[in-house]
Amino acid sequence: MVALPPRERSQLRCCGASGCRSAGAGPLLAALRAAAAAGVAGEPSAIAALTTAEPGSGLEVRSVGCLRLCGQGPLVAWDGPEGTRLFGGLPPEGAAALVAQARGLAPIPLQAEPALAGHRLDLEQPFFRLQRPLVLEGCGIVDPERIEEAIAHGGYAQLRRVLQELSPEQVREQVRRSGLRGRGGGGYPTGLKWDTVALQPPGRRYVVCNADEGDPGAFMDRSVLEGDPHRLLEGMAIAAYAVGADHGYVYVRAEYPLAIERLRLALQQARHQGLLGQGIAGSSFNLELEVRVGAGAYVCGEETALLHSIQGQRGTPRSRPPYPAQAGLWGAPTLINNVETLAAVPVILRQGGDWYAAIGSDKSRGTKVFSLSGAIRHTGLVEVPMGTSLRTVVEIMGGGDPDGGAVKAVQTGGPSGGCIPAALLDTPVDFESLLALGSMMGSGGMVVIGQGTAMPEVARHFMAFSVNESCGKCVPCRAGTVQLLALLDRCVERRATAADLEALEALCAMVKATSLCGLGQAAPNPVLSTLRHFRQEYGAVPGAGP
Amino acid sequence: MIRRHGGQSHGLIEVLHQVQELDGFLSKPALLQVARGLRLPLSRVYGVASFYHLFRLQPPAEHRCAVCLGTACFVRGAGRLAVGLRRRLGLDLDQTSGDGRWALERVSCLGACGQAPVLVLDGVLFTAPPADQPQELDSWLTALGLPAAVALPAAVGLPAAVGTP
Repeated sequence: MVALPPRERSQLRCCGASGCRSAGAGPLLAALRAAAAAGVAGEPSAIAALTTAEPGSGLEVRSVGCLRLCGQGPLVAWDGPEGTRLFGGLPPEGAAALVAQARGLAPIPLQAEPALAGHRLDLEQPFFRLQRPLVLEGCGIVDPERIEEAIAHGGYAQLRRVLQELSPEQVREQVRRSGLRGRGGGGYPTGLKWDTVALQPPGRRYVVCNADEGDPGAFMDRSVLEGDPHRLLEGMAIAAYAVGADHGYVYVRAEYPLAIERLRLALQQARHQGLLGQGIAGSSFNLELEVRVGAGAYVCGEETALLHSIQGQRGTPRSRPPYPAQAGLWGAPTLINNVETLAAVPVILRQGGDWYAAIGSDKSRGTKVFSLSGAIRHTGLVEVPMGTSLRTVVEIMGGGDPDGGAVKAVQTGGPSGGCIPAALLDTPVDFESLLALGSMMGSGGMVVIGQGTAMPEVARHFMAFSVNESCGKCVPCRAGTVQLLALLDRCVERRATAADLEALEALCAMVKATSLCGLGQAAPNPVLSTLRHFRQEYGAVPGAGP
Repeated sequence: MIRRHGGQSHGLIEVLHQVQELDGFLSKPALLQVARGLRLPLSRVYGVASFYHLFRLQPPAEHRCAVCLGTACFVRGAGRLAVGLRRRLGLDLDQTSGDGRWALERVSCLGACGQAPVLVLDGVLFTAPPADQPQELDSWLTALGLPAAVALPAAVGLPAAVGTP
């Protein structure tokens, strides 16, 4: 949540997530802290003596997780008696002016302050107003590096309650009732998966969090890891209790150094507080969690490849069945869920499965986090109820094309998804509707494509990605994607014949039908969906080519 | 280091990460040592080291330039930026120059989609170049300290042999 209720004593929340860091949040936070600690020039010395360290006295400057509107970063929220005000793109030189305002010591009113002019962001705009934060409810409020703040905001309360009051079966009952489906892209019913693992013959079980968020343009899971890692750990611990696991791994991609750092710190703090380890929260439940870092292989987001990678092997997928729920890590039943799925668990238990199921659409319940990027005015993170229309997300919340032009298409589902043309923007965002259009929900990356981009080029871009990331184990994916890329080269260069297009479609069907894992099976999707909705751009040249 | 991971074979990737952090890359003697320490066949260690994109089997170049080709960057002109870089460095993507001075790499999404397109030069992130204007892009790249463009047969489609080690 970005806007907070009015509070008597002011505080500043500075976004410390990767997106804002790349826009200069580090120097800004340092400048804000320095200004708050040292006092502003010309200020009475009594106030200058106040520091952030003294509770109840000075202005508190806190580093928090993602404040959503990443494209305007670095973001700072000022919470005071008049509610929250948000500032974007503030240079470090503006820090003193903001601190003076927040302390109510500025000689001029906020509206007249030149250093802040043009940096104020409207919190009433649809981008913020239409959000429904559940997974992200603590993201942007708590300091991700301080477990005390997470606990003060209700963190681990559900884990404690579950351990004291509920049986594993009762926990699974709530998750089943919630209708939660896997947020990593597959949309498999989470309750069913938990049941499958829990009902395996007695023996060791593992719980694994898939934090290998590889789709380009997707940064939802990173925001949870960087902004509220304790929520994920709580969800994982509840999941482990529900399926009877006492050991687990969080598999994070190596490209997320800050997420890894904060996750490791969170694990250490949770252990220290007795919320992980032996006899958690005074119960007889034990859980050891470890972080495993990937090494740059997109295919490791596929669950069987991910398990191989955790075991220290090449990240190649294997055929299923047996499913990991039956035989996963070292042959033991293994529950694998994505970050967002697990992070939704605490709120489901707090409010009840039925409450969660009442949000969203018929077959897709609850909320979904999307990362908006590309040719769009407001790049950032949104969490909305499932079933919200694409138009609402892209045009109303995202503000449409930055130059005022029309949106051409929206790409969802990354290299496994497809492009949805502007004419179909009224489609509700849920698992089934997107599949019906030849795209997919995917993990939640939404890249908006403007009028200036040719669709065959988009298809070629994704195919080049798939060629680069194919693990090489099965022939249809290893060789098929290379051939598809060659055909797409001809399409982009406008020398494809009708026969080429036929070959393209036939090969797409073959790769889709015969590849071993999801990466290969879905690799043709960007081609098929652009062929379906933008065929005129592929325009076969009559008689061209050999 | 191997002992810290309990000498267990499933710690292989973690061990390789740490070796690379120390040495900058995974040399043959280092791989042999890891194989012995973890009691694994060298083929298994090499198989894993060569599978993952982030493991380098060659010493890193003096300067590394990584261009983000994530979808958000692509939509905002990363393709043109990549062509500009290829011209300036005389390298294809994922190539290192023969003298070991420059390496041009591709990455998929650095998570700075709000500032797209982006590139990382020797560990420093540079954002939002004027990818649409060739001349301004050229001076932007010059300001970063990239060498002047080398003579090439064509702007796009460099011969694969250029600068191969």
